[in-house]
Amino acid sequence: MTELTKKTIAEARAGLRGKEFSATELTNAYLDAIDRANPSLNAYVAVTHDKARAMASASDAKLARGEGGVLEGIPLGIKDLFATEGVHTQAASHILDKFEPRYESTVTANLWADGAVMLGKLNMDEFAMGSSNETSFYGPVVNPWRRANGDNKQLVPGGSSGGSAAAVAGWLCAGATATDTGGSIRQPAAFTGTVGIKPTYGRCSRWGTVAFASSLDQAGPIARDVRDAAILLKSMASVDPKDTTSVDLPVPDYEAAIGRPIKGLKVGIPREYRVDGMPDEIEKLWSQGIAWLREAGAEIVDISLPHTKYALPAYYIVAPAEASSNLARYDGVRYGLRVPGKDIVDMYEKTRAEGFGREVKRRVMIGTYVLSAGYYDAYYLKAQKVRTLIKRDFEEAYASGIDVILTPATPSAAFGIADEDMAADPVKMYLNDIFTVTVNMAGLPGIAVPAGLDASGLPLALQLIGRPFEEETLFQTAAVIEQAAGRFEPTKWW
Amino acid sequence: MSVDLQTVKRVAHLARIAVTEDDAARMTGELNAILGFVEQLDEVDVSGVEPMTSVTPMKMRERQDEVTDGEKAADIVANAPATDANFFLVPKVVE
Repeated sequence: MTELTKKTIAEARAGLRGKEFSATELTNAYLDAIDRANPSLNAYVAVTHDKARAMASASDAKLARGEGGVLEGIPLGIKDLFATEGVHTQAASHILDKFEPRYESTVTANLWADGAVMLGKLNMDEFAMGSSNETSFYGPVVNPWRRANGDNKQLVPGGSSGGSAAAVAGWLCAGATATDTGGSIRQPAAFTGTVGIKPTYGRCSRWGTVAFASSLDQAGPIARDVRDAAILLKSMASVDPKDTTSVDLPVPDYEAAIGRPIKGLKVGIPREYRVDGMPDEIEKLWSQGIAWLREAGAEIVDISLPHTKYALPAYYIVAPAEASSNLARYDGVRYGLRVPGKDIVDMYEKTRAEGFGREVKRRVMIGTYVLSAGYYDAYYLKAQKVRTLIKRDFEEAYASGIDVILTPATPSAAFGIADEDMAADPVKMYLNDIFTVTVNMAGLPGIAVPAGLDASGLPLALQLIGRPFEEETLFQTAAVIEQAAGRFEPTKWW
Repeated sequence: MSVDLQTVKRVAHLARIAVTEDDAARMTGELNAILGFVEQLDEVDVSGVEPMTSVTPMKMRERQDEVTDGEKAADIVANAPATDANFFLVPKVVE
């Protein structure tokens, strides 16, 4: 049955409809794969065997009657950030110990309504704060990819959606939900040779998703290829009255965009993304991407996004500020961990000291500081003004006729678990998001698509940035890159 | 701008996070590294620029002011560490 887990969602969909195999067989194949692999990869923090089998059985009944939704019987992994009714939902944090919500997030409810099967909850950086999946209370996720030099060193899958990316790359789910606040879908997708899209802010409902930085958070899928990402996003996206930032626009059929020619499409190449110290391999990958798009008939245009370098510092004010406010609710009273204290304030302080990990505390502290009396204007207000300028850069590029922007997705390939440089300097870890964070600051859609391997055989990706709500252009263009680059799979060692 | 040990302890208390002397000393260095990094924003001229309040140009949706949900007290307290008769229990606040 192992070959069943290698099928894309599109292939599995055809196989299920054609009665080549059942949803139960497909689900069992994934559950077996998870049970074997998870001790090595640590991608799942909870596996919902019984629920998965019950959902698959219900799908089989529907498929037998010739019914069923667009994802009927497709087994998915769900990032631990999404509320799933009666199932482990802890944002990979100690402070949410034993939390099992009594409600379902809109994104996952959409997937189940379309027939998808839940395999379990995926590991992640605690509260989605991290770029290596090392801040999880449940320990780091191991990247299914290893360097080709035989050193067998364990590599990070990226973060914060590291469990989602590793599970998709390691054939432990057909596709996964993920979220992206500064690059948390695109960077792990890039590190694992998978496809990840962060849609436009407002496209997927945030209702029932544990909040990190509310003005930046967006859900999206990580998938094996561009088509699967399109299929998943179509189901995840919706107009939701329960989220006041959900945008009232119909969800297009993203899959239909795949295969559309890109002749005449204007592709912007922003000069500010050529950063100091960028490895030659990334530079080469970018040039290769430009060549592929030009050969497919796109018009390549050099553009300038002058405030690019200020996106990351502005992000490290805005995101921690919003996080410090969102995470105030974890107080040992309403859910999760409580550590007793001599009075109520002591109880709050001890609970939060024990319940939050180091990175989360660091960001809550930064956020509290920049919002505190006397510093608000100098930090938060200034950062929000810079954000206006970052967005304006993109608006001017699009107003000049640019359809899509091509950049590298990350400044490097996956690095080692417990990398000493990163551990010594939090800012060094933050630089992982240098190419992705601008997109969140401007609320735009962005997709990471695998485009090649580095000298040590690790996957590298390109990023495409689109106009607001023009995800179709991203799928259309990403499919051209995928066609030219081919797909990349790790060698199974686990 | 940079923070000293006393400021870190004050901010930790504002954030309701208990810190030991060692934690506070370590955090002082980490927070200063981050504050040093964000200092680059001083180079940007933001005069006359409006701060961003919404990334999508949309008006906040409104709805009728009416009760649409409720009668879920048991669900709401279901995950609490300590409850009694659908109330959250906390350490004594008033003597």
